Amino acid sequence: MSNQPTRTIALEANEQGFATTRLDALLGWARKYSLFQYPFVTACCGMEFMSVASPRFDLARFGAEAPRFSPRQADLLWVVGTISQRQAPVLRRIYEQMMDPKWVMAFGTCASCGGFYDNYTTVPGIDKIIPCDIYIPGCPPRPEAALDGLLLLQDKIARGDRTPGIVKPREDPMTHLRQHPRGLPLLGGIPNSIPPSGGPSAGSKSDKEHT
Amino acid sequence: MTVRVLDKLKERFGSAILETHSNFGDDTALVAPASWKEICTFLRKDPQMDFDLIIDLCGVDYPHRAETNERIEIVLHLCSLPKRARLRLKTRVGDEELNGAEVDSVTHIWPGANWFERETFDMMGVKFRGHPDLRRILMYPEFEGHPLLKDYPAARTQPLVQYRNEEEAGLPLEKIAPFREDEGMSFGRNVWNSADENN
Repeated sequence: MSNQPTRTIALEANEQGFATTRLDALLGWARKYSLFQYPFVTACCGMEFMSVASPRFDLARFGAEAPRFSPRQADLLWVVGTISQRQAPVLRRIYEQMMDPKWVMAFGTCASCGGFYDNYTTVPGIDKIIPCDIYIPGCPPRPEAALDGLLLLQDKIARGDRTPGIVKPREDPMTHLRQHPRGLPLLGGIPNSIPPSGGPSAGSKSDKEHT
Repeated sequence: MTVRVLDKLKERFGSAILETHSNFGDDTALVAPASWKEICTFLRKDPQMDFDLIIDLCGVDYPHRAETNERIEIVLHLCSLPKRARLRLKTRVGDEELNGAEVDSVTHIWPGANWFERETFDMMGVKFRGHPDLRRILMYPEFEGHPLLKDYPAARTQPLVQYRNEEEAGLPLEKIAPFREDEGMSFGRNVWNSADENN
């Protein structure tokens, strides 16, 4: 496959009623929106995965709705949680049973590099036993990070790019708020900009809006 | 109540009770390994004792005690629901090479001891005489050695699946997954395939 980026505009119908594209680009476009997932959930990250897959964060928005509990019907393997040495043959077998084309996501620090299980029990990252496409760091990752990972994977599928990618963390919005010099009303702090007496204050303003 | 259990044990078994103490309500008796089963049977069957519940059984490795054949300490926690008493029973077995690290199984007294003894065998290498099914319970049968002994190398792994190497993966493996401080938890991953170096 070519490594050239695919522009989605080529897939939109023009005024003449047809579109032109390359076959591999069309296949990539079709594959990225029809991911059938096999969740290999082994540990606490599974709670976050449930959140990602359920309606609040809603993986289905991105065309990755249907979980398949047979690896033969799946093309995206989510490795969610710690993989012990004893489970490694099982994971390898599951991966080998999946049909091509197939992709693998390492969900969480343990699946990515073993995490703090730096000992005799744990595989130090699933990339030691199977190829891995996306690493989602976090202990556990936020659901947004998992969605970022899915979008990153879809981008890679569309481009036919099999080099592994790491999800970059988003900035925590609360960090910014906590460092705000005028204090943080959300956390119960009183803004310093309120005049001592009389005049409209931020608090009374919001009261008026509510009534 | 609590001190009386220890007194009763000392009275009945005499020199087989090597040491007792009772701090903050924790009764502990260190007993000779040869009398292990006899004492346990007494604690279970005697109507005054009636320790009917096994809480835990585990092992502790003390390498500096290996010279006196006391390397592995087996710790048994018991509870008596009718008498509302708790008791900790200890015994010490085994030398440097775990010779003589054997003690009678208490599975026939408390069936719940079955998996605890298997775990202690798996992690510490203590053999329990008369155990109905003394196999590894946590580690796989191919595993060599006993991982919770102090002389087991901390970084030694025994993978069941051959790890991929970089030629097979087609890319530098170690560059991928280490995360920076701000990218989640950062951990050293010097373990993978360092098993050979550390052995």
